[in-house]
Amino acid sequence: MSAEHLALTQTLLLKIWVPWASGSSNQRRGSSRPQFTNSPTIIVMVGLPARGKTYISKKLTRYLNWIGVPTQDNQEAMKIHRACTSNALKDIANYFAKEQGQVAVFDATNTTQEKRGVIISFAKERGYKVFFIESICDDPEIIEANIMELKVSSPDYEDCDKEEALEDFLKRIECYKSTYVSLDEEKDRHLSYIKIFNVGSRYLVNRVQDHIQSRIVYYLMNIHVTPRSIYLSRHGESELNLLGRIGGDSSLSSQGKRYASALSTFIRNQAIKDLKVWTSHMKRTIQTAEALGVPYEQWKALNEIDAGVCEEMTYEEIQENYPEEFAIRDQDKYRYRYPKGESYEDMVHRLEPVIMELERQENVLVICHQAIMRCLLAYFLDKPADELPYLKCPLHTVLKLTPVAYGCKLESFYLNVKAVNTHRDKPTNVDVTRRPEEALQTVPEHV
Amino acid sequence: MSDVEEETEPCGPTPSRELTQNPLKKIWMPYKNGQPEKHISQRKVCMTNCPTLIVTVGLPARGKTYISKKLTRYLNWIGVPTKEFNVGQYRRQCVKIYKSFEFFRPDNEEGLKIRKQCASAALNDVRQYLTEEGGQVAVFDATNTTRERRETITRFAEQNGFKVFFVESVCEDPDVIAENIVQVKLGSPDYTHCNTEQAVEDFMKRIKCYENSYQPLDQVLDRELSFIKIIDVGRRYLVNRVQDHIQSRIVYYLMNIHITPRSIYLCRHGESELNIKGRIGGDSGLTVRGKEFARCLAQFINEQDISDLKVWTSQMKRTIQTAEALGVPYEQWKALNEIDAGVCEELMYEEIQERYPLEFALRDQDKYRYRYPKGESYEDLVQRLEPVIMELERQENVLVICHQAVMRCLLAYFLDKSAEELPYLKCPLHTVLKLTPVAYGCKVESIFLKVVAVNTHRERPENVDVSRLPEEALLTVPSHQ
Repeated sequence: MSAEHLALTQTLLLKIWVPWASGSSNQRRGSSRPQFTNSPTIIVMVGLPARGKTYISKKLTRYLNWIGVPTQDNQEAMKIHRACTSNALKDIANYFAKEQGQVAVFDATNTTQEKRGVIISFAKERGYKVFFIESICDDPEIIEANIMELKVSSPDYEDCDKEEALEDFLKRIECYKSTYVSLDEEKDRHLSYIKIFNVGSRYLVNRVQDHIQSRIVYYLMNIHVTPRSIYLSRHGESELNLLGRIGGDSSLSSQGKRYASALSTFIRNQAIKDLKVWTSHMKRTIQTAEALGVPYEQWKALNEIDAGVCEEMTYEEIQENYPEEFAIRDQDKYRYRYPKGESYEDMVHRLEPVIMELERQENVLVICHQAIMRCLLAYFLDKPADELPYLKCPLHTVLKLTPVAYGCKLESFYLNVKAVNTHRDKPTNVDVTRRPEEALQTVPEHV
Repeated sequence: MSDVEEETEPCGPTPSRELTQNPLKKIWMPYKNGQPEKHISQRKVCMTNCPTLIVTVGLPARGKTYISKKLTRYLNWIGVPTKEFNVGQYRRQCVKIYKSFEFFRPDNEEGLKIRKQCASAALNDVRQYLTEEGGQVAVFDATNTTRERRETITRFAEQNGFKVFFVESVCEDPDVIAENIVQVKLGSPDYTHCNTEQAVEDFMKRIKCYENSYQPLDQVLDRELSFIKIIDVGRRYLVNRVQDHIQSRIVYYLMNIHITPRSIYLCRHGESELNIKGRIGGDSGLTVRGKEFARCLAQFINEQDISDLKVWTSQMKRTIQTAEALGVPYEQWKALNEIDAGVCEELMYEEIQERYPLEFALRDQDKYRYRYPKGESYEDLVQRLEPVIMELERQENVLVICHQAVMRCLLAYFLDKSAEELPYLKCPLHTVLKLTPVAYGCKVESIFLKVVAVNTHRERPENVDVSRLPEEALLTVPSHQ
């Protein structure tokens, strides 16, 4: 093999090394995408009504999409097709083949063995994998709480009194019970599945086939439904913020210190039970936490995005020194990797253990940075990759996230301490040929 | 916002303490009177607030010791001080010569007495390790097949404030059990005086002694306990009441390991342009010799005739160039990138000594924990390599083309090397290490592919004091252009 074959070039956006002569990315032998699985997977939710299937499927879909596994929740499809399995399955096949989906969650009351058999055959024919998630609950209190929170507020029960609605729904469940057949340890021993008992006090896991199923199991075993709130905030305004410079490891400005005090007051007034406080390893978040006067944990994974060669530059300097990089960044801010630095995509990857631990925990205050906070927020609010880098996370504002029903309630608290704006919107012209003024159009003011 | 003030303590927040950056790990910490203050803020997640006792459960030859040793190795590698306590070893110390399975007969009063004593002695050592020696997890490796025995252990744990997590292995596959006996029992000190047939016969009878009184963990009777039941070497798992982060990580790990025979090949990229200049880090291409190595590696891999080999590289040019020569698909992992030397990137050791003599000395004092300014430490590397290790456990035959510091971390995991040894493990260029799991550990074969390369290994010099002379610091720098 000649030496020329080893000539490589680095792609402009992702900074990935690829063979010089290679054509489309399909011809490349080197994959920079993690290989979670080699075939698409259908996740089938099993269980009686009010067992948390929709909750689990929505949450799982959100998580998988966030870590970069294109996933679709087919609950709506099922409703449209009025529980017509074969049409819903066609939708799934389409999603896998035409839309490059990797996982489809089939959320329906797949309670009979026959119905499950149909899905299994369908998958086998096409080379898809199937993974079942069964939720079993025999605690009447949990079931009632589920029903009250989610079902009774549905349009079906608009004109009913709550007690009647509850009774009616319980009767509905009874109807399903007569045909419901749980996954059987013996008969279904060749299937891949997880059975979740009573909201996670016990799990039965059978035949995990690959990486993505292993990750799904790990995720499901870490989530809980205990009420709690997650507070996200950036560090107080920093010296470099004032100068319009990105990155670095500077101290709080005087306004930033005032914010830290205000944050302390705010937190105390919220009277949060057993609050955990997390910061990054960077001085500005730690200085902010110090003002709270409580123990805090430092996570390196919460450090701000590494801007590589652009660290501590102003946007004006980046435009001057690296105009092409600046333009490419505006073209695809999520995937763009700074030279010798990181991308938002890289950050999501390193934040995954943080998210996993946030799922395990209860009340937590995370003091972090702009890009980090955008990634975390995108996870909780299910924002796609193209919106994530433009989410508004201003300084001196606390976001309180409280899981409710199938999503997250968001409350924003501006603590009334002035700070510079660090949010740069996507400019109109993102072409590499643009003029400097066009590139710098949306740069926020600074000293 | 509410302005209710109920407490009598002074209102208003605590004034921020001054921060200083610890010179070794570059961690910001509060200080008072010029000294860093003791603070609860941790560098990584506080895994657990009280020590954990992991208790194995299962008949003989079900892999309990295999699991105990592997789990201990993994936990220590990720930074959780863990130690295993094998009751069988205590028994061997007590009863110097093993005669036969009769010792384990349920009606052997003398035997029972000794076994109980050994279990107590082991638990005593567990207590000492977890309360006085800074241990965080202890793995109590014994059959623990009766509910009564497990209750004794649970009581012991409660008295001492330890959490308990049971790991049970249940297996009835005769092939698995037979293979187990061949791999680990025949070579045991108990059977040095026997031939294979005698050993196997005796061991099968030993298993029989436990069978009648075996009370497996039950999802109803033991529903208040925290445990994982591993069925048929991982085909199925029953997980009950995971209490905290460390138990969750343990469960995830146990669910990803397997015993299918396979080999892991570790090597560095071929010699790079910066290597020959004696410069660290960077993202340079291969030298002529490096490219020659890549070709030899391709040949070597072909000759090994490995089934379904996966190839992984970092996202740095030199590993990818190396992989390209193999002509097979490969996966690029950012997590496999070389350690980030921060401000020292692309410098020679001579330049580091000149510009950052203090940093250079600190690094020699504690190479594992030392973090380059604006860079990483070996400790950071281990944390970012954890998902790589997890995926290596899931996979079968894999070739990992990586870098010196990264390879040291991976090797330390497989060969159970301590944090002190890790940064000095020898991982020369152009040498493939073939790791094959066998019995309780890993067989290592080192294959030098006969392409000359520069040496990049710098030993710890004798003088690591900040006051040392430049010559003393540079004593062990390998020669370069």
